[in-house]
Amino acid sequence: MKLKPQTKQKIAFALLGLAAVVVIIPVAVILIILIKRGLPAISWQFLTEMPRMGMRAGGIFPAIMGTLCLVAGAIGVALPLGVLTAIYLVEYAKKNWWTRMIEIAVVNLAGVPSVVYGLFGLGLFVIFFHFGSSIVAGALTLAIMELPVIITSSKEALMSVPRSFREASLALGVSKWETIRCVVLPNALPGILTGSILGVSRTAGETAPILFTVAAFYLPRLPQSIFDQCMALPYHLYVLSTQVPNVKPALQYGTALVLVGMVFSLNLVAIIVRAHIRSKKQW
Amino acid sequence: MRKFREAIIEKTILLNGFACILFVVLIFVFLAKDGLTLFRTIAIQDFLFGQIWSPLAEPPQFGILPLFLGSLFVTVGATVISVPLGMACAIFIGEIAPRWMREVLKAGVELLAAIPSIVIGFIGMTMLGPVVKSLFHLPTGLTAVTGSIALAFMAIPTMVSIMEDAITSVPRTYKEGSLALGATHWQTIYRVIIPAASSGIVAAIMLGIGRVIGETMAVMMLTGNASVMPKTILAPVRTMTATIAAEMGETVRGSEHYFALFAIGLVLFGITFLINFLADMARHRKKK
Repeated sequence: MKLKPQTKQKIAFALLGLAAVVVIIPVAVILIILIKRGLPAISWQFLTEMPRMGMRAGGIFPAIMGTLCLVAGAIGVALPLGVLTAIYLVEYAKKNWWTRMIEIAVVNLAGVPSVVYGLFGLGLFVIFFHFGSSIVAGALTLAIMELPVIITSSKEALMSVPRSFREASLALGVSKWETIRCVVLPNALPGILTGSILGVSRTAGETAPILFTVAAFYLPRLPQSIFDQCMALPYHLYVLSTQVPNVKPALQYGTALVLVGMVFSLNLVAIIVRAHIRSKKQW
Repeated sequence: MRKFREAIIEKTILLNGFACILFVVLIFVFLAKDGLTLFRTIAIQDFLFGQIWSPLAEPPQFGILPLFLGSLFVTVGATVISVPLGMACAIFIGEIAPRWMREVLKAGVELLAAIPSIVIGFIGMTMLGPVVKSLFHLPTGLTAVTGSIALAFMAIPTMVSIMEDAITSVPRTYKEGSLALGATHWQTIYRVIIPAASSGIVAAIMLGIGRVIGETMAVMMLTGNASVMPKTILAPVRTMTATIAAEMGETVRGSEHYFALFAIGLVLFGITFLINFLADMARHRKKK
């Protein structure tokens, strides 16, 4: 029996739709499980207290603070570096093999496995620079890791500013840098921010790069300086779920929920900012 | 004066551009510095093709073949699952879904990408592991297959977003030409649009594979961590990435074991460098 093309199309489209549903289901399942099992654990005490009894009781406050410190440190370093690199690539670079080299470097930085970043951070920051296992070492490692994300999205944001804007400014006798600073950057800023927030949200959830560069197994106090070790949410979840026996599941799910909550709210902010810009854009 | 300032700023920005090259070189140098030290005491073929990884034995053995095969099994498994699913999803989002559904699906895929790997590992341990265990009647649910399934879903967002870009950037006229000749929408998709987008699709698959090979935490929690030569995909395995993450904490700095872990890092760096380089080539060929 030979099927009519129209029937074939119906079958094919149904299968494709099914695949799309299969891809989305895990997201829903994970969220529902986390909320159902994690929400009961979350209370003011859980969020603001130190862990007690070898992490089997108490809260996750130092892990939350640790992750915030790392994220802030990483973005503080990576944002200026990434945006300036993007400016170079979009505004200044000529089409030559140097530029191509930089582009290939960015692509490859994006592909380096996270655990290899961990090794690199250990070799360069912890040992070679004598930072020890510390917030500086961890934040710098994470900064290099999120650099390609920031560069790529900043590049796109800069390229989406119309050429005529630059030409109008240059025609008025404004210098190249001032054109970039006063005309191009303000227009590209929302796009740059969106990309950076997405980069940051990725950093917040990373475990492998901080394993050997900053993470403390159990440290029930806040870090004293940037050369101190600290706890971090993703590593804390790893420890709770594989290293410590007899942890109440509620504690594990609660930690996972807080981590996912943090990452998702960052994403949500980025998505809202992006939607807002799209609706306002007039060119 | 103003010209001078401009020149300074331009040079600073130029230096910044080179920072990325510097970082790639630095990563390579710091991996190679410690990784290559291993080969003063261990022959390189014993490292690459040795069948036993047992760093704590006396004498210690550093053969990474079981770890390499572990990575390979998990990667192949994840690729087999994620490529058809990812492609179908990308085609559906790019070509078929109505506007509102497209937005919902895209947001869903973005959320999937945003879930940290440690959380996927944790949920996989508590939910997916027991399912695999009872489904195949295994002594443990933490096997190469479990890791493959979880990793497939971590690779899918990367694949979908790049494939969808490739599909939507196929010129409209191609599609219109095919439809005007009387082809159905589905015939147009698989005879015209997919071939036209093929280099982007290839790049997407390669970047997805790159992501799977480099994935660490979820794979460490889900594959059972047994550093033996794997025989089936239903047995526990251990990947190269998981070995580094699991053992680095216990090593003495400057020991053979420490250098061996850096050497694994070097191998991983080489593999992902190659994959990303080729993927980038595939993407650029498309633009010509």
